[in-house]
Amino acid sequence: MPKKKRSEDERLRIVLYIMGNTPNSRKAAKNLRKVCEHIQEYDLEVVDIQEAPERIKQDQVIAVPTLIKVHPEPQRRVVGDLSDGVKVRAALGLDDEVE
Amino acid sequence: MKKSRTGIEGLDEVTKGGLPYGRPTLVCGGPGCGKSTLSMEYLIQGALELDEPGLLFSFEQSEQDIIQDFSSLHGMIPELVQKGKLYIEYIDAGPAGQAQAGEFTLDALFLRIEAALSRVKGRRVVLDTVESLFQAFPDKNFMRHELRRLFTWFKEREITTVITGEAGEHSLTRWGLEEYITDCVISIDHRIEEQSSTRRLRIIKYRGSAHGTNEYPFLIGEEGVSIIPITSLGLDYSVSSELVSSGIPDLDEMLSGKNGFYRDSTVLISGQAGCGKTSMAACFAASVCAAGESCLYFAFEESPQQILRNMASIGIELQEWLDRGLLSLKAEAADDDRLGAQAPRDDIDGGENRACRGGYRPYNESHQRRLDSGSKIHADPIHGFFERAPHYYPHDTPQQRLRGSHGDSDRHFLPHGYLDHSFQEAQRRLERTALIEIVKSRGMKHCEERRAFILHDGGISIREEGEDSHA
Repeated sequence: MPKKKRSEDERLRIVLYIMGNTPNSRKAAKNLRKVCEHIQEYDLEVVDIQEAPERIKQDQVIAVPTLIKVHPEPQRRVVGDLSDGVKVRAALGLDDEVE
Repeated sequence: MKKSRTGIEGLDEVTKGGLPYGRPTLVCGGPGCGKSTLSMEYLIQGALELDEPGLLFSFEQSEQDIIQDFSSLHGMIPELVQKGKLYIEYIDAGPAGQAQAGEFTLDALFLRIEAALSRVKGRRVVLDTVESLFQAFPDKNFMRHELRRLFTWFKEREITTVITGEAGEHSLTRWGLEEYITDCVISIDHRIEEQSSTRRLRIIKYRGSAHGTNEYPFLIGEEGVSIIPITSLGLDYSVSSELVSSGIPDLDEMLSGKNGFYRDSTVLISGQAGCGKTSMAACFAASVCAAGESCLYFAFEESPQQILRNMASIGIELQEWLDRGLLSLKAEAADDDRLGAQAPRDDIDGGENRACRGGYRPYNESHQRRLDSGSKIHADPIHGFFERAPHYYPHDTPQQRLRGSHGDSDRHFLPHGYLDHSFQEAQRRLERTALIEIVKSRGMKHCEERRAFILHDGGISIREEGEDSHA
């Protein structure tokens, strides 16, 4: 079955906040890749909080790792190493995606 | 032990110098008790008086809201922020029960605090209130671990931290913060008793330091926050051996000096309604002014006009002294917690004292309800103002006192002289006779007997009992 193709304005934009090269950071990045492997196109920005203190203040981040779905609205956030794929998919609105 | 001075009136006294330096202090209490105000005051005093910048991390309100909320109390906050003496950052802990998928830490929060601290170079930090984190991250064990880590981090950097906590039903704070903020715990209580609101502050613990253990009245006034430290009332004020007339020659006669009370004494006048307490206070005020000194008169029961009219009826003319600026008559309803504390203080601090150089302050307070309820707190704040000058403090005698003993509440006034008035129902006469008795007059001998107290057109006269008082 073909993958459902998202239109341009539904293109997923997500930001992952991690702290350096810590085990949680690596796990989160790996788990996120797994969740997103079926999506054809999406924008992922990875922010290392140590290098962007102003950014985390502005985005009201207090926990790491934190994943924020910026687009499409509504914004959603998930904290943790993203090992619970179901919750991550729910937050990213991927549940209706057909695999 | 090194302490971080709060600059808050009274608090430094009851904490014997301030909060534990470089350590966390928990300030807890119910909603609206004044936790945030006290914490903000700590930062502002540090910034203004001690040149110590402070940081507020608010988990509940945005910087704009905070500035607006405090604008009536502290209009200079924006200026302090601009000068880098005060830093306010809103921390949104996120919605309750937000999605969690696996392990995480609060390192981003720590980093934000660290970034702000290095920018402002602050030594004092307020977290108000960190409990929002518990709502966002309900795992208690996780939160405990993270908060411990945070407080240790502050301690290592010797940053004095104030953490506010919402009162719990069965514990000091809803989330048990007191379990791990153990250096200093302050509790504020806000209660409504008989329609009047009072705030009280208590230091529950202070590791490694002596501290006052009472509940202290805690006031939020126009000039900020103050605590009235009852037990730490300084008793080392200077004393005078000069005598000041009571304004009633017959009463002066009953005192060994024959010339009144010591200049720096506090005199309590008690008695039933209508026995002449106010008249005695007015006599005193008039005689002070007649001697060319100034007098500040607080009336808690009557309007200035009533006092002027009523006193004129017994020949005590106060209008002249008002006109000449020697007498200042302040009428204040005794119904809120400004009673006896904030009101006189505002006047004394606010230039009134300059107008009243002599600093004589007769209080006319007879708030029966408060005295009857045995609540000493309401009476206590007045202590602080008893030093320096003679004070007349008339108040109604609670009924039970008529049966002989002098109520406990009297001692809280620390009076130096004590005049008791009572009515005696004359056995064979139909009229009432007012009697006066000097219960005590510290440091001088005085007449031990009760005498007849007579109000007449020309003022007040006192006669020996039995002596015909119909004159």
